[in-house]
Amino acid sequence: MSRVQVLSVVACLAFLGWMFQLMRSRRLKEQDALVWLATGLLLLAFALKRDLIDQFGRAVGIAYSPTALLLVLVLLLMAILLHFSTVISTLTDRTVRLAQELALLRHDVEDAGPRADSQNESVVDQE
Amino acid sequence: MTAKMLAIVPAHNEQGTVASVVGAIRAQLPNAAVVVVDDGSLDHTAQIARHAGAMVLSLPVNLGIGGAMQTGYAYAARQGYDVAIQIDGDGQHDPSQAGALIDVVRSGRADMAIGSRYLAQRRKGSSFLRRLGNAFLARYLSLVTRSRITDPTSGFRAVNRRVIEFYACEYPTDYPEPEAIAVLWRNGFRVVEVPVTMRERQGGRSSIDALRACYYMIKVPLAIAVGLLRRREIDRE
Repeated sequence: MSRVQVLSVVACLAFLGWMFQLMRSRRLKEQDALVWLATGLLLLAFALKRDLIDQFGRAVGIAYSPTALLLVLVLLLMAILLHFSTVISTLTDRTVRLAQELALLRHDVEDAGPRADSQNESVVDQE
Repeated sequence: MTAKMLAIVPAHNEQGTVASVVGAIRAQLPNAAVVVVDDGSLDHTAQIARHAGAMVLSLPVNLGIGGAMQTGYAYAARQGYDVAIQIDGDGQHDPSQAGALIDVVRSGRADMAIGSRYLAQRRKGSSFLRRLGNAFLARYLSLVTRSRITDPTSGFRAVNRRVIEFYACEYPTDYPEPEAIAVLWRNGFRVVEVPVTMRERQGGRSSIDALRACYYMIKVPLAIAVGLLRRREIDRE
């Protein structure tokens, strides 16, 4: 094993270990970690078996195999970012619904307040 | 049987106009309850609206017009209203013309009636580009919905109970007016335009400036197209 290979493997393992630590301490949800897990494992595979990237490069027709590695990296990062975007969209939707619910509940509470205090308070719309 | 009617007034920092808008609605539509959706205003919109005799739903953060409208529809759905009328809080819609919209909806001619500035008169506006943008959007929406839409950005609308329930669950955000038409059509609702005249806005300014216009003209047609590819939320009977 060459020095750079050892370094890559150690880096990958450290990355995976960090991820598991985050999951263990509940700072990272398992469903959100899946895409990171896939990234880590794939990079580990490339580090352990160096001709894997050459084979991949030949298979898709890339003459210079480091470019193939770059391609894989970019695709993985794009997948992760897209995943983040969907998570953000979901969160935005939920925030909106919660804010709306809060406005409706606040109205109900404020409406109930004066009615309990004084009976002659005019209530515009209550059934 | 008289229908329960609710006027929904979205307002974001409209303390200068909201009182007169609420007053005009109460005078012109005495049978309708008025709810002002205060979209995270930093001024006294909520207090002034309440003082003017409206119910107020105060959003804790600014959601934008789409999120605010949906709040109003959710309220209408829960309180069992039969007809909802959207009237902007900046005073450009004349409540005395809402009757024509309500009639269309109550007679069952359509599920939503839109007050259009351009059915009776020619398109005019502050700038050539804005006219062009509006005209393009109108043609595009007319094409996809196979009906005549001349004023897709008009926020002066009346809807029936079925649309209230639909909008309470499903309402677009970020310049929602044209999309709100497309999504209704997609789910089998009928939309009809009614000619109205609108006043110059009494306060506030258009939410669309030059830079946002570009975003608007890309985002809205894209969202409409994607919406048409989406599965129907409800099945036609």
